[in-house]
Amino acid sequence: MTVTVGWYMALAAVLFSMGAAGVLMRRNALVMFMSIELMLNSVNLTFIAAGNELGLVEGQVSALFIMVVAAAEVTVGLAILVAVFRRRATANVDALAEMKG
Amino acid sequence: MIEVIVFGIFAAVALAGAITMITAKNPVYSALGLLTTMFAMAVFYVLLDAHFVAAVQILVYAGAVMTLFLFVIMMIGVDKKEDTSESIPFQRGVTFVVALGLAAVIILAGQKAWVTGSDAFGSPDLVGTIETVADSLFGNWTIAFLSTVFLLTIAAVGTIALALFGPTAVHGADTEEGT
Repeated sequence: MTVTVGWYMALAAVLFSMGAAGVLMRRNALVMFMSIELMLNSVNLTFIAAGNELGLVEGQVSALFIMVVAAAEVTVGLAILVAVFRRRATANVDALAEMKG
Repeated sequence: MIEVIVFGIFAAVALAGAITMITAKNPVYSALGLLTTMFAMAVFYVLLDAHFVAAVQILVYAGAVMTLFLFVIMMIGVDKKEDTSESIPFQRGVTFVVALGLAAVIILAGQKAWVTGSDAFGSPDLVGTIETVADSLFGNWTIAFLSTVFLLTIAAVGTIALALFGPTAVHGADTEEGT
C-alpha cells in the first residue's frame, strides 16, 4: 500500500471544508481569518500533490504565489481588524452590523 | 510502507489541529491548533519532495503569520470569550451539515480523477530544491514574481496607512461631534 495523490487530495478536501465551516460558524473575526488561512493551506497541499504527481515544478511555484497572497491578505486584514478594534473595542462580527439593511 | 505510517500520523495531527481551531473558545488555542496543522502540512510537503516549499511554510506561516496572529490576539484581548448565542437560528447545525456535504461532494467528485494527464508525462521524478523552484520562478514566471513584489509593497503601504490614519482620524471626528 502506497500513499497516492488521492489521499492528499481527500485530506485537503476535508481540511478545506473545515475551514469553510470555521468561517461560517465562528463570530470572532480573528478565528475567521485563521479559517481562511486553513483553506488556503489546503489548496496549497492540492497544488503540491498534483505537481508531484505530474512531475511539474509549477505546482510548487503556485503554492509559493498563494503563500505571498495569503501573507498580503493577513497583513491588511489584521490591520483592518486592529483599526476596527481601536474604534469599537470588539472583534465580534455580529456587533459590526451598522450597514445592515 | 513508512510513507503510509507518516501520512496517517500527520493526517491525524492536521485534522486534530483543524478541529481544535474551529471549536476552541479561546482564540489563542485556535491559533495553536492552526500552527499544529501548518507543521503537519510542512511534513506533507517534505513527503511530496517539495523541500523548499516546506521550509518556506515553516518560516512564513508558522514563523511570521502565526506570530502576527498571536500578537493581534494579545492586543485585542484573550480574556474575552466568544458568546455562543446564535443570532441566526440553527446556524451551527446547518453549517455543520453544509461543511460535511461540501467535503463529501469534493471527495466523490474527485475520486475518479484527482489528477488528469499524469500518464502522458509518465511522472518524472522531481525534487523541489531551491534550484529547480528558482529556475521556474525566475524563468517562466518572472512577470508573475515581480507582480507579487508590487502586491506585497502595496499591502505594506496599506497596512501602514491603516495604522497611521485610519481609526485615530475617525476618533478625532467623533470627539468633535461630542459622541
